[in-house]
Amino acid sequence: MSRIDPKGVAPQEEGSLYASRQKVYPKAVQGRVRRAKWAILIACLTLYYLVPWLRWNRGPGMPGQAVLVDIANARIFLFNIEIWPQEIYFITGLLVLGAIGLFAVTSLFGRVWCGFACPQTVWTDLFMWIERRIEGDRNARMKRDAAPWSRDRFLRKLAKHAAWLAIAAATGGAWIMYYQDAPTLVASLLTGGASLQTYFFFGLFTGTTYLLAGWAREQVCTYMCPWPRFQAAMLDENSLVVTYRAWRGEPRGKAKAEGVGDCVDCRACVHVCPTGIDIRDGQQLECIGCGLCIDACDEVMTKLNRPAGLVAFETLANLAASNAATASVAPGPVRQVCGMKARQPVRFSRPRTWLYAGVLGGVVAVMLTAFVLRETVTIAVLRDRAPIYVRLSDGSIRNAYTLKLGNRSRPEAALTLVLDAPPGFRLAVQEAPADAQGRPVLAMQRESLTQWRVLVTAPRGATLPESTPVRFRLLGADGATAVDERSVFLAPK
Amino acid sequence: MPTKIEKDAVSGRDTTGHEWDGIKELNTPLPKWWLYVFYATIAFAAVWVVLYPALPIRGATGLTGWTARGAIQQEMAERAQQQAPVLARLREATPQQIVADPEMRAYALAGGRVAFANNCAGCHGAGGQGAPGGFPTLADDDWIWGGKLDDIKTTILHGIRNTEDDAARSSIMPRFLADGLLKSAQVNDVAEHVLSLSGRAKDAAAAQRGAALFAENCVACHGETGRGNREMGAPNLADQVWLYGGDKASIVHSISYARAGVMPAWGARLDPAVVNMLTVYVHALGGGEAE
Repeated sequence: MSRIDPKGVAPQEEGSLYASRQKVYPKAVQGRVRRAKWAILIACLTLYYLVPWLRWNRGPGMPGQAVLVDIANARIFLFNIEIWPQEIYFITGLLVLGAIGLFAVTSLFGRVWCGFACPQTVWTDLFMWIERRIEGDRNARMKRDAAPWSRDRFLRKLAKHAAWLAIAAATGGAWIMYYQDAPTLVASLLTGGASLQTYFFFGLFTGTTYLLAGWAREQVCTYMCPWPRFQAAMLDENSLVVTYRAWRGEPRGKAKAEGVGDCVDCRACVHVCPTGIDIRDGQQLECIGCGLCIDACDEVMTKLNRPAGLVAFETLANLAASNAATASVAPGPVRQVCGMKARQPVRFSRPRTWLYAGVLGGVVAVMLTAFVLRETVTIAVLRDRAPIYVRLSDGSIRNAYTLKLGNRSRPEAALTLVLDAPPGFRLAVQEAPADAQGRPVLAMQRESLTQWRVLVTAPRGATLPESTPVRFRLLGADGATAVDERSVFLAPK
Repeated sequence: MPTKIEKDAVSGRDTTGHEWDGIKELNTPLPKWWLYVFYATIAFAAVWVVLYPALPIRGATGLTGWTARGAIQQEMAERAQQQAPVLARLREATPQQIVADPEMRAYALAGGRVAFANNCAGCHGAGGQGAPGGFPTLADDDWIWGGKLDDIKTTILHGIRNTEDDAARSSIMPRFLADGLLKSAQVNDVAEHVLSLSGRAKDAAAAQRGAALFAENCVACHGETGRGNREMGAPNLADQVWLYGGDKASIVHSISYARAGVMPAWGARLDPAVVNMLTVYVHALGGGEAE
């Protein structure tokens, strides 16, 4: 069997300032890590494709989609939650949570995000699976690609790209479903009745999915993504990372040779690597921590009747401990036992992880508090700045205010406006009916922002300070204060 | 071409061959496809120059004929088309009808605000706060020519004391001192009387003397109690709002040399719909009077 090894994404051409891409042909692999990756892939994709189809009844005139980013009406719907533009900090908070969560997970388990859950990895995995179904595994593909073009090669490539494009289209379509009503969107896309903008985004996400998962693959992780560049800052010697236990494997040699380590240099770990690197070279920028080399090596070790775990999720601290403990032990089974004995339990509890957990908990607490205390009826009082005040013909001073009332999710409401101010201050609202006591009643439809112009007049002849604090209160049907807002009444010096 | 490419002893990688004062640069090659993307952007730019106006030459609009000016004109035309039906309704309706219809009223208030800022705020100030020296506050409840919707609309349409519109509101106050109608001492007495109308006289005897002179010279326009006459644009002298200042010196100056504010006629300059929107907006500033 001839072996063609990918040279990895590291530069090879002498002296050239530009590196050609070395095509990576990852081999299929079975094992625990692979099963975990399949499970996560299925869970993520199922969630991604199905969520837009969840329905949620919000009453007439409201979108019936459970999760919807409604750009036109500036709303984000998440089941029974409705986010208004001025509450965008909740979304910011979610992103902050995501970032800190990523830091925390990385400090504990290394780049598990990259290797298991990142969309780039998930879709690349899916595309590779299709590639294997159509073109065969590593060796078959390499052989076919090296051979001249043939009818068979052409048809297989055609089938592969068609399948990729179909998935990419489904992906792009699902993405825009989060922004428009899914069933309506699918119908309009299929009948050609969707807007140009919709087709543009559909094409954009289809194109990027096809390109990134089909063609660019590891190039995205190595050259485009900023995360690998600084994820090292989250890692320390106690983080679990995919590592080769060099103390056990070296020196490499044939299975039956004397005085050599457990690594038989079969290169199975290299052949399955989706980024085309050799894990035995140590920690590398290109390693996405997917752990497929662990499965590949375990399979070989099991066949050779040697303990699994030559490549494993291991901390650098344990690696160093094993290394030190086995420095004077000859390669072989004793060395293996000796090295494994020197390992300490993984320290998940570290200042770094507590810090991340603390920040994570803090942000969650702040967000939950803000969310629980969020008002469904909001009031904003804008005092007129021009004119600051008006002198009326009888000499009294009047201020004007604009009241902006937001009704986020309540049903229709009619709230009574009262003013807390020194005695004699009068309140008038243009175009608002009055209740039995002559107080203005402001009607609000659900899901609305209404605006009222409020005139407050100080009693005639009163000696006014330059600024008098006042408070506008809105009373609900039960007479209790629903919302209030402070402002000031300004008078000439 | 760099010629001194060598293998770095520490990293085992090649250098680029560049050297500055003994500092050598390690070669970390850029992926070739990245370079091709860069070339693609250059090709894109070339296509762009052909299709779109990219050269600083007059008339070099590119093959598509697209211009920023044309695009904005198209957008404006589209917007105007969208607004046309509402504007047509606002043009046909009376201000009273607009106020009675919540949708039209909201539109008029929003449109009036913009039209006011463009055309009126120069003299009357933002929000109608007015300015000293003859630019009345429009947000108070004191009106020289009337504060009902129709009064306001007439004032906007025809203006005040201008020469361009025959229907402009017009009245002339005599220059009592300058034209020798009153003597300086008499002007002082009349001013004291005027101050007494709003309860601010200091010299009762002078005010008493001024009352007779006021009855002789002023009541025809300002009324017996000095409450003014809106038909003639004679301001109310008994209230607390003074267009040209309410202190005695200002009042003496007003009597001696007269005051006469001028406002252009807007009927010929603005769309009737805009005049209606302005009317509703000014009426809603805080001083509009009920029908």
